[in-house]
Amino acid sequence: MKVYIPSPLRSYTNKANLVEGEGASISEILGNLDKAFPGIKFRMIDEHGRIREHIKLFINEDEAKNLTVSVSGGETVHIICALSGG
Amino acid sequence: MTTATKSTGTKTANLFVGTRKGAFVLKANTDRTKWDLSDPIFLGHVIHDFVADTRAPGVMLMAAKTGHLGPTVFRSTDGGTTWTESSKPPAFDKVEEQAAEESGEHKPELVGQTDLSEKPADAAGKAKRAVLRTFWLTQGHDSEPGVWYLGTAPAGLFVSTDNGDTWSPVKGLNDNPSYTKWFEFGETPDGQFLHSILIDPRDKNHMYIGVSIGGIFESIDKGENWSPLNKGIAADFLPNSDVEYGHDPHCVVLHPANPDRMYHQNHCGFYRIDRPDNQWIRVGENMPEGIGDIGFPVVVHPTNVDKAWVFPMDGTEVWPRTSPEGKPAVYVTTNAGDSWKRQDKGLPREKAYLTVKRQAMTSDHSNPIGIYFGTTGGEVWASADEGETWQCIARHLPEVYSLSALES
Repeated sequence: MKVYIPSPLRSYTNKANLVEGEGASISEILGNLDKAFPGIKFRMIDEHGRIREHIKLFINEDEAKNLTVSVSGGETVHIICALSGG
Repeated sequence: MTTATKSTGTKTANLFVGTRKGAFVLKANTDRTKWDLSDPIFLGHVIHDFVADTRAPGVMLMAAKTGHLGPTVFRSTDGGTTWTESSKPPAFDKVEEQAAEESGEHKPELVGQTDLSEKPADAAGKAKRAVLRTFWLTQGHDSEPGVWYLGTAPAGLFVSTDNGDTWSPVKGLNDNPSYTKWFEFGETPDGQFLHSILIDPRDKNHMYIGVSIGGIFESIDKGENWSPLNKGIAADFLPNSDVEYGHDPHCVVLHPANPDRMYHQNHCGFYRIDRPDNQWIRVGENMPEGIGDIGFPVVVHPTNVDKAWVFPMDGTEVWPRTSPEGKPAVYVTTNAGDSWKRQDKGLPREKAYLTVKRQAMTSDHSNPIGIYFGTTGGEVWASADEGETWQCIARHLPEVYSLSALES
């Protein structure tokens, strides 16, 4: 499946905005993503497995509010950083 | 940082600047009259602290956060030519869901609304704390190369033994049975920071920390156990200011030439202590009337134990935290706080409302020593004569969070 990477995380993906992901759940996808790009998961997920406050994960157009949400092979995962600040 | 780094024997000063939107390096000529500003490093990243290792040339660490992303540490082992991220950033231990529910989520309360007598003393370590900011970096004892300590928000102490590559919780503090009652008075507007990690140069096991809000704490067994050290410090913001802990130290320094002498800028005044005495003395009351003794940083002379500098800020009414009456000045004492002298030559004379954060004032080890401060307005000011005269050496930077000096 495709995983869209927001610009603040592209330092981990050699600037790629779209990478291949593997897994049957958000948790597995992020775990595999972290194996390919070490360190990227902790910037989105805290030490207790919670999605950080201003990060949102979408499967196609549906928000995944926790890491247990299932993902099928044909879907697209979007990682979104909130827009704010000055 | 607010304690000077050690001289390496030459006189070219490097000033490491951490800002809200990246890091910079200012390099001086030999008489420190001209400064060159580097290109930004990690532009856009929040850099709370940026320090170099005086034990290992080339090792540099940054405490960083990036927009909405989680906190981390960036590290260099080649003097800043290349940087990598810690492979294991600081994180509290993961706790089981049931244990977290039993103890309650970690929700700091507002100052003045906490009844300490009802705080569970055994909840620490069970609450699901997550590191939100990496804030304060301190290198370990000279006998322990590669060791670093890190303070975070919410209040946490972490240690690395590999030059900042991997970090582990200091369980003696983070899981201390008294953690909850010590630190849940509340947080400052930007979070509850653990800062001022001080290592006694005579004893690697003897440490101090400051927590805003929580107080000053001491360990004599390398962080296994901790005791409050707040006697004599005011806590005017609490219903009962005569408390053992719950104070708001802004910055604590331990004098390198006499580690029994400590100075301390608090939310409620400026203090000195000479250990083993346990009673802080509010020497800030000797400041001139109308200036007061409120501020964030304190800098000590590297060899003169009685000489220290502060940057007073307005702590009246709504706490503007700016230079009193818009007239910025550094104040210096040469007698351990018994009297103070204004140093403002070269600084704006009026209508200048400067704020200097707790890590944004430092010194070097030249002779005479240089004193430096950075402002939230993005200026860096330098004095090459121990505060007698000042020049602005950088403008238009992002909000300055930290300064540290290293001569090379």
